[in-house]
Order: sequence, then structure tokens, then C-alpha cells
Amino acid sequence: MDEVFIAVKDLTYIYNRDNAGGYRALSGIDLEVKAGEFLVIAGPNGSGKSTLARLFNAMLKPSGGRVIVAGMDTMIPENVWEIRRRVGMVFQNPDNQIVSSLVEEDAAFGAENLGLPAEEVQKRVAETLRLTGLSQYASHAPHLLSGGQKQKLAIAGVLVMRPSCLVLDEPTSMLDPAGRDELMETLIRLNRTMKVTVVLVTHFMEEAVLADRVVVLSDGRIAISGPPAMVFAEVELLAGIGLKLPAALEIAHGLRKRGFPLPQEILTIYDLLAYFKNKALED
Amino acid sequence: MLSGISLGQYIPGDSLLHRLDPRTKVIGVLAAAVSILAFANWQGFLLAALLTLTALLVSKLPPGIILGSLKSLWLLLVITFLLQAFLTPGTLLAVLGPLKISREGMFAAVEIVLRLALLILIAFLPTLTTPPIKLTAGLESIISPLRRLGVPAHELAMMMTLALRFIPTLLQEAEVVISAQRSRGAGFTTGSPARWARSLLPLFVPLFAGALRRANDLAVAMESRCYRGGANRTRMNALKFSAADYVVIGVTMAVLAGVIALRFV
Ligand SMILES: Nc1ncnc2c1ncn2[C@@H]1O[C@H](COP(=O)(O)OP(=O)(O)OP(=O)(O)O)[C@@H](O)[C@H]1O
Ligand SMILES: [Mg+2]
Repeated sequence: MDEVFIAVKDLTYIYNRDNAGGYRALSGIDLEVKAGEFLVIAGPNGSGKSTLARLFNAMLKPSGGRVIVAGMDTMIPENVWEIRRRVGMVFQNPDNQIVSSLVEEDAAFGAENLGLPAEEVQKRVAETLRLTGLSQYASHAPHLLSGGQKQKLAIAGVLVMRPSCLVLDEPTSMLDPAGRDELMETLIRLNRTMKVTVVLVTHFMEEAVLADRVVVLSDGRIAISGPPAMVFAEVELLAGIGLKLPAALEIAHGLRKRGFPLPQEILTIYDLLAYFKNKALED
Repeated sequence: MLSGISLGQYIPGDSLLHRLDPRTKVIGVLAAAVSILAFANWQGFLLAALLTLTALLVSKLPPGIILGSLKSLWLLLVITFLLQAFLTPGTLLAVLGPLKISREGMFAAVEIVLRLALLILIAFLPTLTTPPIKLTAGLESIISPLRRLGVPAHELAMMMTLALRFIPTLLQEAEVVISAQRSRGAGFTTGSPARWARSLLPLFVPLFAGALRRANDLAVAMESRCYRGGANRTRMNALKFSAADYVVIGVTMAVLAGVIALRFV
């Protein structure tokens, strides 16, 4: 668990650096993503989350500092394709990342790009469709799938390359609540059972609660980073950045302010309910 | 309403024709089309017609679907018939006011309509019996020898794949935009042609902007999935000729040779 998978050192990224109107999207980012970790990157709009995500798989190259993925520097051109294979990316809009008019062909795309033999591609496609619960849709047209299913297909489309890490850039923001739950459940399962490292970019704080660690970006810098309970304890700091607490934490915080000594471990509505149930039994 | 475009659309099935390699179907249909255009006597016609009919029967497609392609192109058939019948000079057969029909015109009209009808019937068979994705793979494989002449075979096939993928999505989007504009009181079907064209602007501007954004997102997603052009790429479903493919190619080539030979007897 302590092995570093992605090491980010003093990273700066400037858009349109050659022009006078260059825009500094990230500055002085130091971050380590551990192998097997479930990391959430949170932050308000324009804080640099997507920029950071694209630096992880060498879609963007650092303007300053380094990004090292499994020992490979993203600046070195020979490393780029192996880095992209190891770091699978899933994007926000489910429609805009599906390439084929057939579910199984779309799942195969990444493996075909790696030049794997046909039998190996077929084996991997069957396996990833099973892992994402899409086996029964193998010969369907993707535009007939629900939003949640499309995002699971996008996950299958990168899993087929056998990556060590999934980076998902706001994958749930265009989904309905049911699709959102479905996707989160899939991510947690992949992380727990397959030991896939997950980096989830989101501005839904409810999703951050499920992570091992939360990194909050603000204005291109890391504002705070740590386990969810620690990060969410910084209520004023988060409010100052413009991030809303999850509903349960909002309630807990309000109660604490009125003098109820609630423990810091309460992160979800279920924790809150369990706490009050126990309390009622004790009294 | 926009999704109702279905001429020549794939009909799933399990006939011999469905199972053939897509390349066989493309080559076979090309050979059949040349035979249909090349016959010069009734023996040749019979041979070409027999090939077309056999192909239609083997496809096990519902007759309604097969006749559907003829029905949707009936105007073309009628106009061709009339032009041929009235404009061919020769022995007078009948006079309808200023229009004269000649014996030769009548024969020529029947002949050309037969040719056209056979062509229409056979032309849609590959798309009716092959999933588009397979057809694309087949076409890529057929034109790939031209790569040495600078024809971007893989890129063309990828463009077709992406077009097939995004046409339904763009149609869905168009329907959303149309109903959104309708709900704000816009009409798309009434008024003079100029007004009609102008009323389409609020439809095409958002659609076009959306398509550009999609293209950009898609390029990023494809590169993230290690796409770097056709070199070194493999295929999950590699195309493979079976015995049936060789037989079908043999038969269609024999018919083509027969039709051409018959021109010279
Ligand atoms: N291609 C670009 N060219 C110039 N500036 C850009 C570009 N992409 C992003 N930016 C700017 O960089 C900053 C960070 O953008 P980024 O997309 O990383 O933010 P984000 O945290 O992902 O925001 P959101 O929540 O809206 O997705 C923003 O101010 C944005 O305007
Ligand atoms: Mg973003």
C-alpha cells in the first residue's frame, strides 16, 4: 500500500505559455498517489483538477517540476504510451469517449491499439465486460445504454489495457443519482477486489467521503490533503474555498456548534443515524 | 421522427449471406453490378437476374424489406422509364398529344428499368445483411492495398466507424434541440423556403457547436486509450474467408464471365 505509483514534484502548469497571456493553472503541486489507494481530488470550478488529471497520463507535459508514473517520467516521449496504458482515463461526458457503434468493439479499442493478438483481445473484452457488469450488452449499440452504463463502458474501455490506475475526471457529473451510485459501487469494487488505484476527480463532496484520502485544490494549489475525516473537519477553510460539505457533515457541524459533542468519524447519513440509534439505546 | 431513416439498414439474421465475410459481399455485389450493367441479350439478362434472385432468396430477408428499397426509389424508376420511352426515336407505336412512343423506346425503357431494379435490389444486400462495423472493417481491408499509393485506408475506415457511432447520438441531440426550440415557440416546418431555412439556424448552430466539442473530447479520449493511428493496431474480430466465401466469389465471377462471354456470341 505504501508503494508510490504517481509522484508529482513541485509541478507547475501554464496554459499558452508561449503567448503573453499565459495562464498558470497549477503551481507548486507536491503529491504522491500510493499504489492501491482511493484518492479523491476535489476543488471548485477552475481550480485545476482536470489539468492535474491530464498531467497524470502525459496528455499534458509539466511546465515546471516532474510527474513520475511507476518510475517513468512523463516528459520522456518513449514513456508516453506505457504511461497511458498504466493510467486509464475516464472523462466527464459519457457520449464523447465511446468510439464504436458496438459495445464489445468499443471495449476492445484500447487492447487493439496495443497490438494484442485477437484471442487475447477477446479474452480481455469478455473479462472487462464481466467486471463492469455489461456482459449482456456486448452486442448492443452504446447510444441505447443509460448514462451510468455508458460510463461503465468507458471504464471497461480502459480496463482492457490492464492499467494499474484509473483516473476519472468528474465521471458522475452528468449522471442521475441511480447512475451515480452504480458507478461509485463499481469503482469501490474495482479498488477493493482488483487493487486498482483510483484517482477520482469530483466536486461532489459526498463522493469524497468514500476515499482513503482527499486532496483539495484551490486556485491551482493544494489547499489541504488528508483522510476525509480530517479534511472535513476544516469547515471554515472549505467554506472559504467555496466547497459545500456533504449533507450529513453539514448537520453534524451544526449540531456541534450548538453544543452536541459528536465524534469526528461521522461522515455519512448512515454514520449519523447509527450514532443516534446507539445513543438512544444507551440512554 | 429523425431516427426513421432506415433505407438499407442492417437487419439481423443468420442466413448464409449474413455469415459471409464482408469482403465477399462487397466483391460479390460489385461483380453482380457489373454483370447487370453489361448484359447485352436475354441470355445475359437471365443469368444476372438469376444471380440477383438467388442472392435475395439466400439472404432470407423479409420480402417487405427487399421491396422497400424498390418502393423508396420508385420515382427514379418511373422517370427513367418515361424519359427512355418518349425520347427514343424509331417506329411509331402510339401518340399521346405531343408525345410519341416508339417501339425501340418501349424496349429500351423496359430494359433500363430492369437493369435499374436489379441494381437497386442487389446494391442494398451488403448493408442489409452486415453490421456496419463489419462492413467498415471489410472496406478497410479491401482498400488497404491502395495504401502504397497514398490512400489513407485506416483513416477512412476510422472516419466511417466514428460517423456510424455518432450519427444516432447527433440525431438524438437534434431531437432534443428541436423540442427545446419548439417549446419556445419556434416552428420548423411552416412558411416560405427562405423562412424555413432561417428557422433551421437555431437548430444547426447548437448542433454544430456540440459536434465540435464532441470531436475535441473524443480525440483526447482516443489518445488516452493509446490510439496512435493504424500502425501496429490489431483487430478483435479478424476477417477470415471460409469455404463458403470462396464458393460465392467463384459463382459471382463465373456469372460475370458468362454475361460478358454472351455479349460476343
Ligand atoms: N485549454 C486551455 N487553455 C487555457 N486555459 C485553460 C485551458 N483549459 C483550462 N484552462 C484554465 O485553467 C484553469 C483550470 O482548469 P481546469 O479545467 O483544470 O479546472 P477544473 O478544476 O477541472 O474545473 P471544472 O470543475 O470546471 O472542470 C481554469 O481557469 C481554466 O479556465
Ligand atoms: Mg474539470
